[in-house]
Amino acid sequence: MATVPASSDSRFGLARQVRLSGPLRLDSGAILTPVDIAYETYGTLNVDRSNAILLCHALTGDQYVASQHPLTGKPGWWWRMVGEGKPVDPSRHFIVCANVLGSCMGSSGPASVDPTRDEPYAMRFPVITIGDMVRAQALLLDHLGVDRLRAVIGGSMGGMQALTWPTIFPERVESTVVIASTARHSAQNIAFHEVGRQAIMADPRWRGGDYYADGDVPSAGLAVARMAAHITYLSEAGLTEKFGRRLQARPDSPGGQKTFGFDADFQVESYLRHQGLSFVERFDANSYLYITRAMDYYDIAEDHEGSLARAFAKTKARFCVVSFDTDWLYPTAESRVIVHALNASGAQASFVELASPFGHDAFLLEAPELNRVVDGFLRAGEQR
Amino acid sequence: MLRPDLALIARNVTPGARVLDVGCGDGALMAALRDQRNVDARGLEIDPVNVASAVGRGLSVVQGDADTDLHYYGEGSFDYAILSQTLQTTRRPDRVVEELMRIGSQAFVSFPNFAHWRGRLSLAFGGRMPVTRLLPDTWYDTLNIHHLTIDDFRALVKDRGWSIDGQWFLNGVKETTHTNANLFAQHAVFLLRR
Repeated sequence: MATVPASSDSRFGLARQVRLSGPLRLDSGAILTPVDIAYETYGTLNVDRSNAILLCHALTGDQYVASQHPLTGKPGWWWRMVGEGKPVDPSRHFIVCANVLGSCMGSSGPASVDPTRDEPYAMRFPVITIGDMVRAQALLLDHLGVDRLRAVIGGSMGGMQALTWPTIFPERVESTVVIASTARHSAQNIAFHEVGRQAIMADPRWRGGDYYADGDVPSAGLAVARMAAHITYLSEAGLTEKFGRRLQARPDSPGGQKTFGFDADFQVESYLRHQGLSFVERFDANSYLYITRAMDYYDIAEDHEGSLARAFAKTKARFCVVSFDTDWLYPTAESRVIVHALNASGAQASFVELASPFGHDAFLLEAPELNRVVDGFLRAGEQR
Repeated sequence: MLRPDLALIARNVTPGARVLDVGCGDGALMAALRDQRNVDARGLEIDPVNVASAVGRGLSVVQGDADTDLHYYGEGSFDYAILSQTLQTTRRPDRVVEELMRIGSQAFVSFPNFAHWRGRLSLAFGGRMPVTRLLPDTWYDTLNIHHLTIDDFRALVKDRGWSIDGQWFLNGVKETTHTNANLFAQHAVFLLRR
């Protein structure tokens, strides 16, 4: 085993990127090599390498979990959960967050250069799965010298990866936190994703995915995809409280007015347009196609003869499952399916449905109860 | 301080056992069992605030309903299934106890005794549903929807052919005699076996 990494070890720190030869055998049967992984680490791996926590990001997230985003300038997407004195704490944990396979923030994806053609893969990039994302993360952990994870934690698509980890690597995971997530994508989930994909592919600038050369990207299609998806991240009550039927202020009318046209009269329209426009500044349309496809293929039971309980038969990991009462994208019933399977398999499982007005996005927002639950769950594992 | 019925159960659980605490509240009994008797404890609790507290203290607790969620647990998957002060709040107490007997090799069941003499006097002479320290709520806002007596419970046990491995009776915090428990005990704890 290698020596304990010093702070000067270039593998550790912010904004890291590594090219691993792999090869990575994908669920589709395709072989991917090399495998680029962009990631960040926080804190220090302890002497017995027992304090590593892997954080998994959601569909449009990235490795900047607790540091300023280089493109948007915003704080890390989970600064409420990760940091000094927070449940995931660099003063006692070695924290890893990697950009998922297929994404566009430095890990291998459709925008990466295909070494056999010396140009971006575009739609020649192999279709990937949540399991492939997990195996790529395992490659990174091998590179970092981390054999076992004290915890793997994620919300939404990050929760799918967290739940998949102990099914693929039962010996490598001590505990798993699955927040606002599911064990499989439902017909409704797939349907919403298909709307987004069709919006992108209907944009004439998409051109079969080959838009990298001239940089004339299908931003209109991607923006519509984001707008449709964003609605699913919020609750009806949340939207009503935030916008109601209020009209957008105008220079000539601070209280807003109906234009009897198709401008963004309503505040909610203006908000969604803003969400769409700002998203295309930081995200690749082809990555959106690939990652939504990976989520749609996701069904843990399917890989275990239809039995979710069987998927967890080999692991001794502890599980913590959290849902939010206003999340209609991955509603509490989906979390209960996971919990019932965990009970049937005899796994140590905790589950709680928390109250929040924010819908699916609640896990990223102010949720003191969530922090209390995750903190207690992690500390229980550290006492043993 | 552990509630008297919980302390009594904690004293009588074999160290190192596997325990399912149905209606575990904030996990007080589970924590005591884990810390004092090295027990592998799991909990089921309906109230999300209680669940968050229990998970926050490092316990494995699942939010769920004793009336509907017990069938997900495997047969004989625990040494003990525990139901403390929850029986009288369930919709079908008999089915809940049946599930306990299926899940656990043994089951602890504790409940307030509605036939305690104070309650009898209150009902007989006051003509009103009793409101006591143990049963502090009025009839319309109580969670206790299936009041029972110690003799009622014994009749259920006999009817289902279960055997009683232990029985304890409480008056306030003190253990009390078996004699005329149905009249003099405020609280009963039974240990059952299939």
